[in-house]
Amino acid sequence: MPASEVLIHARGLAKKFGDAMAVDGVDFDLHRGEAFGFLGPNGAGKSSTMRMIGCVSPPSGGELSILGMDPVADGPAIRARLGVVPQDDTLDVELTVRENLLIYGRYFGLPRNVIADRTQHLLEFVQLADRANDQVEPLSGGLRRRLVIARSLINEPEILLLDEPTTGLDPQARHAVWDRLYQLKSQGVTLVLTTHYMDEAEQLCDRLVVMDRGKIAAEGSPPSLIAEYSSPEVLELRFDLDSRQRAADKLAGAPAERVEVLADRILLYARSGDAALAAVRDLGLEPQASLVRRSTLEDVFLRLTGRRLEE
Amino acid sequence: MSSQPAAGSLKFHLGAWSFAVRELRFWLTDYRRTWRGSVCSTVLSPVLYLGAMGLGLGSLVDARSPASLGGVSYLVFLAPGLLAANAMQTAFSSSTYPVLGSVKWLKTYQAAAATPLRPRDIFHGHLLFTLLRLATTSSIFLIVMAAFGAARSAWVIAALPVAMLTGLAFAAPIEAFSVLQTRDQPFAVLYRFVLIPLFLFSGTFFPISQLPAWVRPLAYVTPLWHGVALCRSLSLGTTTAGGALEHIGYLALLAAAGVAAGNRAYRRRLYV
Repeated sequence: MPASEVLIHARGLAKKFGDAMAVDGVDFDLHRGEAFGFLGPNGAGKSSTMRMIGCVSPPSGGELSILGMDPVADGPAIRARLGVVPQDDTLDVELTVRENLLIYGRYFGLPRNVIADRTQHLLEFVQLADRANDQVEPLSGGLRRRLVIARSLINEPEILLLDEPTTGLDPQARHAVWDRLYQLKSQGVTLVLTTHYMDEAEQLCDRLVVMDRGKIAAEGSPPSLIAEYSSPEVLELRFDLDSRQRAADKLAGAPAERVEVLADRILLYARSGDAALAAVRDLGLEPQASLVRRSTLEDVFLRLTGRRLEE
Repeated sequence: MSSQPAAGSLKFHLGAWSFAVRELRFWLTDYRRTWRGSVCSTVLSPVLYLGAMGLGLGSLVDARSPASLGGVSYLVFLAPGLLAANAMQTAFSSSTYPVLGSVKWLKTYQAAAATPLRPRDIFHGHLLFTLLRLATTSSIFLIVMAAFGAARSAWVIAALPVAMLTGLAFAAPIEAFSVLQTRDQPFAVLYRFVLIPLFLFSGTFFPISQLPAWVRPLAYVTPLWHGVALCRSLSLGTTTAGGALEHIGYLALLAAAGVAAGNRAYRRRLYV
């Protein structure tokens, strides 16, 4: 990102709950128009960071400025320009789809006719126009999520905050949400999202930070992170239970950049997966199954933390 | 941001009130679905109470024409006390489950907190809604009371704002309590061990001069007694300026303390 406008600036940002440091001194700068992600497992401090950015959680330490303002002193003015898709849907399930947007637009002080116009447009955008007068209660998780996204756009926000936007959704619903977010991104809306799905981070984020235990472990674009922290290809091997330990011992000396022994598989990081597989066979090992794939952010995370993302 | 003038200016304070009004609008939208049922019980409750206690039980009481009632019928004595007690009940029901539900079950408070509204705006918006509910339930009560011929003075009109203030003196501190809860059991405890004893022993059904001398000071510190005493004197036309000021001052003090506590409690719950 060349010298573009910085919308969110954090230095040494910290959040403490009792004695526990949920966020332990993180630095990041977020630029206008980019899609920025916080990737990490549950409890990494992503949501706490997001709540501080959303001005509903005063930082315990460090610097944070949003749109050039102080989140503690200028909360209402900042929030007027943010859109928030929280982890819980926080919809009023007893009201209709349209009423939920009306109430929310009113919170931003928008006139009724403006809300009505935007409601029509937003419900079309999230493909809920035909459900406008339905109560929210019976809507599926995927439809509710889309409604929350529509709601978060009612004030035409400059920055959209999405806390785990597709957690708990089935694959179709996830793709529907991604599709909407991708469109918003192409319209120039600045997106900030947290996720523990590496495919979500790879699909949506121009740039991301990998978070672990309240700290930032690495930062960059998905391809640059993979190039820096992982090999181009990964060879995944499965052995039967009896021979797994023996295989792991032997593979310690295999011609690979790195070997990871997981509970169910062994991963060999190599420039060429096929060459690595040939070398494994030369060692006299015959895996039950083998798979050559490209490196992903999951591999980056494993390398940085020694753990997997979705455990 | 032109919509956010500096704190301290008059425009800012008006603007801050408009934030609370935005939350009030939410509650009114919500109420549109349930108002029919609630109006029904709002009319029925005073009719039943004044009928059963005022007329029914009253006929037994009046037969002995006890001097402690000050020479009026039991119905005339009871009705303004029930008006104040009714405001307390309305305040309780409005400031317990709806508040906990909004912060814990529906999370509509969290939704509002993500907008320009501050926790105190969300709190004040709900207090305004509770005041509106108090205004309607107390007005209906007064109309039923008049229909029963239970008001002696035109000053009874002034009992409407007094009943609302009595309700507010309960609603504000109870909301401060409710928003911090994680379960609803404490409400049952509050109801059984605070509301019911107040209802029974704050001079609603009998003058507190009938209580043992050592209990009376307890009655004087309860907010309900002040509401009951002032509503009754207004209904009987026996209010003195000094007495009225004392009751209003005490209730206003409790309401103000409740608002201050609620400002802090809402912030604590919504800004974690």
